[in-house]
Amino acid sequence: MSFLSAEAMTGGYGGADILCGCALAVERGEIAVIVGPNGAGKSTAMKAVFGMLALREGRVTLDGDDITRLKPQERVARGMGFVPQTRNVFTGMTVEENLEMGAYLRDDDPAETMAQVFALFPVLAEKRGQRAGELSGGQRQQVAVGRALMTRPSLLMLDEPTAGVSPKVMDELFDRILEIRATGIAVLMVEQNARQALEIADRGYVLVQGTNRHTDTGAALLADPDVRRSFLGG
Amino acid sequence: MADILNALAVFGNFVAVPGIAYGSQLALGALGITLIYAVLRFANFAHGDTMAFGTMAAILGTWGLQAAGIGLGPLPTALLALPLGIAATAGLVLLTDRYIYRYHRARRSTPVTFVILSIGVMFVLNGLVRFVIGPDDQRFADGERFIIRARDFEALTGLEEGLTIRTTQLLTLVVAVAVVAALFWFLRRTRTGKAMRAFSDNEDLALLSGVDPDRVVRVTWLIAAALATVAGVLYGLDKSFKPFTYFQLLLPMFAAAIVGGIGHPVGAIAGGFVIAFSELGLTYAYKRVAGYLLPEPWAPEGLMQLLGTDYKFAISFIILVVVLLVRPTGLFRGQVI
Repeated sequence: MSFLSAEAMTGGYGGADILCGCALAVERGEIAVIVGPNGAGKSTAMKAVFGMLALREGRVTLDGDDITRLKPQERVARGMGFVPQTRNVFTGMTVEENLEMGAYLRDDDPAETMAQVFALFPVLAEKRGQRAGELSGGQRQQVAVGRALMTRPSLLMLDEPTAGVSPKVMDELFDRILEIRATGIAVLMVEQNARQALEIADRGYVLVQGTNRHTDTGAALLADPDVRRSFLGG
Repeated sequence: MADILNALAVFGNFVAVPGIAYGSQLALGALGITLIYAVLRFANFAHGDTMAFGTMAAILGTWGLQAAGIGLGPLPTALLALPLGIAATAGLVLLTDRYIYRYHRARRSTPVTFVILSIGVMFVLNGLVRFVIGPDDQRFADGERFIIRARDFEALTGLEEGLTIRTTQLLTLVVAVAVVAALFWFLRRTRTGKAMRAFSDNEDLALLSGVDPDRVVRVTWLIAAALATVAGVLYGLDKSFKPFTYFQLLLPMFAAAIVGGIGHPVGAIAGGFVIAFSELGLTYAYKRVAGYLLPEPWAPEGLMQLLGTDYKFAISFIILVVVLLVRPTGLFRGQVI
């Protein structure tokens, strides 16, 4: 069984099911990317994995433990870090305070992890005393990812980390995500920029209407003519 | 030169010194309102009567201490009774939260629902305080009344006009500065304080970071109770305690919180002083000040009073309306109500 494994996830927000038997898996040191058209349930699948959506059927396991019934906070304590798509920083607090809040649940001294985050995102070290709300979009995303890393997660979940940033910043963010993968963290992310994301993905999931349409390595999906035509614009 | 100093003495005696004391009291009250708004996201109309309740508890404690012959010498005995007042008020607000607000928080009721609930709490407290201590004026200040008497000031400086500084005025300033410093230290430096700010800033992300919402809410109520009691006791010592007056303080306190930018602690303090000095500055009769400053033939015949003192609540109200129309985020860019 994979490090993170979500099987046959079925459920929605009360009305009709948005997810219908969706399955996802990531190993440590791997990047898994979920792509698909708008309304395919990509973000919903992320929320379901993180416990922000009650599943009607299916289960989620992390490192072999069934976590299907755990609350999001409990999953954070288990080593899951989640970066929401919007409102993912404390705008009125400084960069350093944002990172401190990420380590809120930890009892030990988070200074070492903070140094690692600053090493990964040097610009944050420069702006540590500045309010997160005053930063540029790309820098904010770095704060958001940094905050999630402060819990020392074994699984990092990113909901569209490159939404609204320039192509140059997007490339940089993807480079950082590769560095995060190299530390042995499992990365699960939803991406709007499907082609670029699949290029760095070890696994790719193409989701359509809450169901897995294609599942393969990133490179294989990029090479698949059917995927190219339907989801990558040729 | 002497004329200018005399004018300053009159101004200081009737506007500056009382304004600093009143401003400090309003600032403490507005801080409580702004913190509740920042964390619980509703305008707490019961804050004035929470102040009355806390002050009442402190007065009862003061009477007990006085009867037992315990005092603080030159300082008012009420300072000793302050912890008792804070404890009683803390208990009260935690009870109202447990039995009134918590249910609606779990249901995610609209802010308007919370405002109406707080108005209900306000009426109940209103009655409770009158039932226990009565609707009349209570004076509970004891100890040394003056730090500088007008006559001593005149003898000391040789001026014609005296400047009085009462013990309660200086005490108000000292206590307010200490309380505000402690509050800011708490919010900026402690784990719980940062959790409160994070919760106020972005509730969902705070929950994701593992902040316990019930604890944040509890701590916020405790701080609001302490601020309300301190503000109420200082106001009562400076002037007098009357339940209806405390209910009326709600308007200037809200105006202060909104002028500064609601949800913004520094704004609440600035707003408190803006409101206090506007009230005093616009209702003061400047005849005597002008008498010293202007050459004799120009001396004013009228009182040079812009508004009668009866209109002081209208001033808070007008400032409130103007701020909401022109700059709804307030001076320090708080949240828009």
